[in-house]
Amino acid sequence: MTAIEKTIDSTLESACQSKTLVCDGNEAAAWGVALSRPDVIAVYPITPQSSLVEYVSQFVAEGIIDAELMNVEGEHSVLSALQGAALAGARTYTATCGPGLAFMFEPYIRTPGLRLPIVASLVTRDTLTPQCVWGGHQDAMLVKEAGWIQMYCETVQEVLDTTVMAYRIGEHPDVMLPVNVNSDGNYLSYGVTGISLPAAPLVDAFLGEKNVNWHAALDPERPMAIDPLTGGAGGPGPKMFVNYRKGQTDAMQNALRVIEETHKDWGDRIGRHYSPLVEEYRLADADYAIVTIGSMTGAAKDAVDEARDRGEAVGLIKVKTFRPFPVAAINRALNKVKAIGVVDRSVNFGWNCGPLYQETIAAAQKLQRFMPSASFIGGLAGADITVEHFSEVIEDTAKLLKGHSYDEPVWINRND
Amino acid sequence: MHELRIHGRGGQGAVLASKILAKALVEEGKFVTAIPAFGFERRGAPVAAFMRFDEKEIRRINNIYTPNSVISIDPSVINAVNVFEGVQSGGTWIHTSKESKESLKIPDSISTLGLCDAVSIAMEVFRRPITNTIMLGAFAKTTGAVSLESLKKGLETANFRDAGLHQNMLAIERGYEETQVYQLQPPLGQSQNQGQEQQSAQEEH
Repeated sequence: MTAIEKTIDSTLESACQSKTLVCDGNEAAAWGVALSRPDVIAVYPITPQSSLVEYVSQFVAEGIIDAELMNVEGEHSVLSALQGAALAGARTYTATCGPGLAFMFEPYIRTPGLRLPIVASLVTRDTLTPQCVWGGHQDAMLVKEAGWIQMYCETVQEVLDTTVMAYRIGEHPDVMLPVNVNSDGNYLSYGVTGISLPAAPLVDAFLGEKNVNWHAALDPERPMAIDPLTGGAGGPGPKMFVNYRKGQTDAMQNALRVIEETHKDWGDRIGRHYSPLVEEYRLADADYAIVTIGSMTGAAKDAVDEARDRGEAVGLIKVKTFRPFPVAAINRALNKVKAIGVVDRSVNFGWNCGPLYQETIAAAQKLQRFMPSASFIGGLAGADITVEHFSEVIEDTAKLLKGHSYDEPVWINRND
Repeated sequence: MHELRIHGRGGQGAVLASKILAKALVEEGKFVTAIPAFGFERRGAPVAAFMRFDEKEIRRINNIYTPNSVISIDPSVINAVNVFEGVQSGGTWIHTSKESKESLKIPDSISTLGLCDAVSIAMEVFRRPITNTIMLGAFAKTTGAVSLESLKKGLETANFRDAGLHQNMLAIERGYEETQVYQLQPPLGQSQNQGQEQQSAQEEH
């Protein structure tokens, strides 16, 4: 190690001692990036992600992050540059959302097939049009079938912690897939609170020796083609493509186990435990439950507590890992209740409901019993889903137990 | 749980003020969440920031609709938005003004008033009408919810450089020292009429 590298190293360590920070979710994500010691970062700013990449750039300038920072001309180039870097064995990072993610789409759908463990924060934003620059899950939900792992954070602290965990999950030899760490635009991106910054050596021990993309590192001494044309129905046949695709879906299923192991080890080492796939809240003796995702969950838990005080037997199921969808974990939770109301921060145009609702009732189908359910759509374009809104959701969900059914989604915030 | 809403105009640092106050409250061992109101950030346009603090963990991440306290860091923002909207009975208002309390229209919901001529102080300290840190001092004086000492600690970690840090330290101190605190008549029950008057005054703008 050269003298300069030593200086930079000690900068991260002096910046990242165990201490309390008061910061927003975008800064928390940047600290998570710093602690993960990436080699190459490429960025292009987009609201509400912009301050995140500004923090990352600041950390690079200050020597807290020892990485090559590429300010490129757009999101398509961001991810294309990172693909090259990851193929050369670099640990990589970017962040985007909304229209930026749309512009990134072509390299975005190639990344999982290339089996590159790139970590990209999605500071989720509702999609155009009508014009809006505010939070919502529509951008992330649009790319749910691209093959990236997607985890939704509930708190600012969880944004930091999940950013680090994402590297260990994505780079695991049984996974080798890109990971999105999703944080709600506005509510998490700009939400300020006190969080704990873990000490750098603890995180170094957690992540272990860096060994990114061991299977196909670009090496001038060992030239090889990456992503050659596979056979179709004729010629060499489609089996190479089919087996690659199956490898991807197998890796996604492996990720369920790795996500659980990784969260457990993070909890054991750092002291903060999260439900890695699905969280159950006051569910054990519940008759019915509301299902949530992301930062709305805090207000939902407060509403559940208030309803419990009124004698309502309601619980809450929160989905953290949305891709791969944790079918077994959610069914363990669903098995405890007789009806569910699912709250989405985005829409599924095809089924006239929320995407989380669609996924949840698809899983429930495997329970082999009818699960009365309702889809609630709220929080679009940064709209606030308050404790009062959740109280109404709980009330409307309770009606399912009395035989009421909903033919359409219930729209929260329609008159706000 | 205490709910606070800060009103100002774009460029005056209402959001930064909420962050400094958050740091100060965390310094005192409180749990805090703060979020800005989402809008198009334009210089001069009315902006707001929301903050909750408590002795125990706060889970909800929401805007604030029924604040216990309101700070208006700009003298004229009260003409642009109804800063008293949803204020709980027995509420506190910390306002920037050189006017006397008698000349201000104060709803029954406000029981405690902190008045600070922050613009004049800012012109002396910064030579510009930047009132955000001065009004944090005014908040500390009026409510006692945070100490001057903690506010200074919050300021120290808020990325101000040497001269700026020194000026803002002075600003917080002067805001604290030069705020007049008034205990108003206790409310005789929440007046519906008062709320409607505010609403119609709002519509005239």
